Amino acid sequence: MSQPNVVKSQSQLLQKEMIRRNYDRITSGQSKVSSTFVPGNLNELLMCFDIANNLPEINAIQNAMRKKSGDMITDAERSGHSEDVCTYVKADIGMMAKGNVAPNGKPFPDPDMLLLSYTGCFTFMKWFELLREQYQCPTVMLHVPYAADGKPTKNMRDYIVRQLKEEVIPTMEKVSGIKFDIDRLREYLRKSAIAENDLVWMLEQSKRKPSPIDCYFGGVYYMGPIFTAFRGTDEAIEYYKLLRAEIEQRIELGLCAQTPEGDMPEEKYRLVVEGPPNWTSFRDFWQMFYEMGAVVVASTYTKVGGVYDYDDFRHDPDHPLESLADYCLGVYTNRNLPTRVDMLARNVKEYEADGLLINSIKSCNSFSAGQLVMMREVEKMTGKPGAFIETDLVDPRYFSAANVKNRLESYFQMIDQKRRAGGSASAA
Amino acid sequence: MRTFIGIDLGSTTTKAVLMDENRQVLGRGITNSRSNYDVAARVSKQESKIAARFTLFKNALGSGGDAELLLADLERNFRLEQFLSELKQLEETCYNYLDHERFKDLKGPLREALDSVFKTITAEAPEIYAPGAERKSDFFRDIAGSRFMNLAESVGKQSGLSFDVLLNVYDKSIIDIESMVSSDEAVSAQLLNGLSRAMREVEGVEFTEAEAQQALEKVLALELEESYVVGTGYGRVRLPFPKEHIRSEILCHGLGAHMMFPNTRTVLDIGGQDTKGIQVDENGIVVNFQMNDRCAAGCGRYLGYIADEMNIGLHELGPIAMKATKATRINSTCTVFAGAELRDRMAMGENRADILAGLHRAIMLRAMSIISRSGGVTDEFTFTGGVAKNEAAVKELRQLIFENYGEKTINISAESIYTGALGGASFAHSAVH
Repeated sequence: MSQPNVVKSQSQLLQKEMIRRNYDRITSGQSKVSSTFVPGNLNELLMCFDIANNLPEINAIQNAMRKKSGDMITDAERSGHSEDVCTYVKADIGMMAKGNVAPNGKPFPDPDMLLLSYTGCFTFMKWFELLREQYQCPTVMLHVPYAADGKPTKNMRDYIVRQLKEEVIPTMEKVSGIKFDIDRLREYLRKSAIAENDLVWMLEQSKRKPSPIDCYFGGVYYMGPIFTAFRGTDEAIEYYKLLRAEIEQRIELGLCAQTPEGDMPEEKYRLVVEGPPNWTSFRDFWQMFYEMGAVVVASTYTKVGGVYDYDDFRHDPDHPLESLADYCLGVYTNRNLPTRVDMLARNVKEYEADGLLINSIKSCNSFSAGQLVMMREVEKMTGKPGAFIETDLVDPRYFSAANVKNRLESYFQMIDQKRRAGGSASAA
Repeated sequence: MRTFIGIDLGSTTTKAVLMDENRQVLGRGITNSRSNYDVAARVSKQESKIAARFTLFKNALGSGGDAELLLADLERNFRLEQFLSELKQLEETCYNYLDHERFKDLKGPLREALDSVFKTITAEAPEIYAPGAERKSDFFRDIAGSRFMNLAESVGKQSGLSFDVLLNVYDKSIIDIESMVSSDEAVSAQLLNGLSRAMREVEGVEFTEAEAQQALEKVLALELEESYVVGTGYGRVRLPFPKEHIRSEILCHGLGAHMMFPNTRTVLDIGGQDTKGIQVDENGIVVNFQMNDRCAAGCGRYLGYIADEMNIGLHELGPIAMKATKATRINSTCTVFAGAELRDRMAMGENRADILAGLHRAIMLRAMSIISRSGGVTDEFTFTGGVAKNEAAVKELRQLIFENYGEKTINISAESIYTGALGGASFAHSAVH
C-alpha cells in the first residue's frame, strides 16, 4: 500500500500509528516479548504480564505489502525449506536470515517466550519448533482441541482452562516476574467486549445496500486491532469508536464501499469470500474488484482471529479463563467443514450476496482443504453460483494477475447472465 | 445486411464467426495470432466475411447445376489469388528493404536473388493450390516462409550471398505483410479473378461464366454491416472495443458449445494455454467452471513443444500416437519439462508412438482433474478447442470418460476451434436483440 495516491481514512491512519507504536515497543528492548499467532491469541493474558505481543504472520504480511517477502522466501528455500511450505513460515525464516529487521527499521530482539496457541493449523507447531531451536527460549503450547463435531464441549473448555492455569500462566509469571492478577485480566476482557460490540456492529453494516464498507480487503484493516496486539486496550476501543463514526457517516451519505482508489462509484456485485487474501498484490487484487464494481459483504478471513457474529461470542469478564478458552475454540479454522459451510451459506443469505468466491491459498492447507466441497455445498444451500480462484499468501510468484482477472471477469459475467436470464429461456 | 461477429483471440490462433439476423452462421475466419492482436482480429474478421460471401454466393447459385463443384474450385482459386497478391506485396516489401543501410551494399545481387526466389514461388503457386494438393498450413506466413527458406538457401549459394542476409530481408518484410489487412476491394478482385480461373478449370457446370460472375458481383455488392462485434479470449483486453463488447471466453465457450450441441451440460475446452472445465445449464448459461491456474501444463502449447522437439508438425502428433501399442506412463505435463521428459523416455528405448500416446493420456488425465473439480461429466459432454482436432487426444478422453463416468454422449464438432467465437457472435446478436 505504498502508492502515493491511496485514499486513507482517519481510522486507517490511527491504526497505522498504533502498529508503529507496537513495533517500537517490541524493538525497544524495554519490554519482555512473546511471539504468538493471530488465531485465538491471548493478548489480554499477555497484557497481564506486561509482555509485548509480536505476531510472525503479521510481520510476514507487512513484508509482503512492502514487496519484501519474495526475497525472504527464496532465502528460506535456499536454507532448505521446500517450495510447498507455508509462505508465512518461509517469509519469517527469510526475515531472520536478513537480520530480523522489523517494519520500523529496527532489529527484532530475540523473543523472551514463544506462546503457541494451536488453533487448527498444524504448521504453527512446526514453525515454533524452528523458532524454539533458534532462540532456545521458554516455549509454551496451548493445545486447543479441534471442534470436530461442530460445537466445542465442556470437556474441551475445561481442558484449555487447565492448561492456562497449569502451563501458560506459570510460564508467563516466570518470564515476566509478574504475579498473575485475575482482576487485571477481567478489566482487559471488559474492554475487549466493548471494542468487540462495535466490531460486530461494523460487520453487520454490509447488510446494507449499498454496503458502506468492504468486508474482505477493507475488512483486513477493520479487524487489525482486535486480532493483534490491541484487544483489551483503550486504544482499540477508541479505534472502533472512530471507525463506527466513519461508517455511520458513510451510511448517512449513502456512499458505497471505501477503497484505496476512492469510494466505489457503484455496487454491482455483492460477494462472500472464503480464504485469506493475497498480500503481495493486495492493492492490484482489490483494484480488480473495484473496477468490476464488486464489494465483499462478508468474508471468513475476518473471522480468522476469532468468530464474533456467528454465535455471539464476546470476551466475558465474569468468566475470564473460560472465555479465553471459548475464544480459542471458536476460531474459524478450528471449526469443522459443516460449520464453515453453514457460516458461509448464512452469510450469502443474510447479506444478500450474489455468490461465494473462494480464494484458495496454495500454501495454506488449514484453509484450503475441503474448499471445493464447501463451495458445492454452499451453492446447493443458497442457489447462488460459486467461483474459485487460486493465489498465495505472501509468495509473489503465485499471483497470476491475468489468470485471476480472467476468472473474476468470467464469474461476474456469469452472474450477469444469470440475472438477465432470470430463469427464462434466453441464453444470453 | 446486418451481421453479428464474435472474435476469439487465442494465444495461437484468432478465430471469427459471423452470423446473420437469424443467428445463422454465414462465415468463419481464422488466422495466426502473431504478436499483434489488433491485426489478428481484423484479419480473422475479414476472413469470416470472405467465408460469408462464399455462403451467400452458394445460396445465390442454389443447389442445382453442380454448384458444389464450382464452389470448391472457386475456393481453391480464390486462395491462389490471395496467395499471389500477398506474395506480390511481400516481394515489393523485400525490394524496399534493399535500400536499408544494412543491405544497400549488396542491393544488386540481393535483388537478383530475390527475383529468382519470387519468380519460382509464383510459378509454383498453382501447384500449391492444385486440386488435392496437401498443405501443412493455410497461413500465408507458413506457406511462403517454408518455400522462401528452401529456395533462398540454394539461390544464395549460387550467387555467393549468405542465407542469413536473405533470411533477414524476409523476416523484416513478413512482419509488415502480416500487419496488412486486405481491403474489401482487393478481396472482391481476388474473388472475381478466382472465379474466372475456376470457370476455366471446372467442367460440367450448367452456369455460364457471365451468370456466375453476375451472381458473385451481386453478393460482393452487398454490404456486410458490422452491427455488433464481441471479443473474447486471452487477448480480449487488447481489442479496441468498449468494455461491454468483451466477454469472458468461459461464457463464450459455454454458449458456443450449447449452440453446436443444445443438450451439452459439460464442456471441456483445451486451448493453447489453458484448459477449462465448464458446466452449463439447458440455456447454455455457465453454472460452474474450473481452469488451470498459473501454469499451462498439459495445454495445446505443450503439444506444440513436443512437436518442435520431435521436429514434426503439430498435426502429425495424433496420427503417430494412434499407432502406439501401449501408452508409456508419463506423469509430468509441465510444458517446460516436455523436452526433457521426451528425451528421457527415448533414451530408455521407448518407442516414439508409445511415448506420444502416453503424453496424450497425461494431458487428458490433467483435463479430467479440472473437469472433476468443475463438477464432473454430465450428459452430454462437448469437447472444444484446437486439441479436439487431435484424434489421439480424443481417444484418451473417450476412454477416461468411460472409465470415470460410464457411457456418455461425447460431442466433437469439426468446427470446434470456433466454439468461443460462435458464443461471442451469439452474445453480439443478443446485445442488439
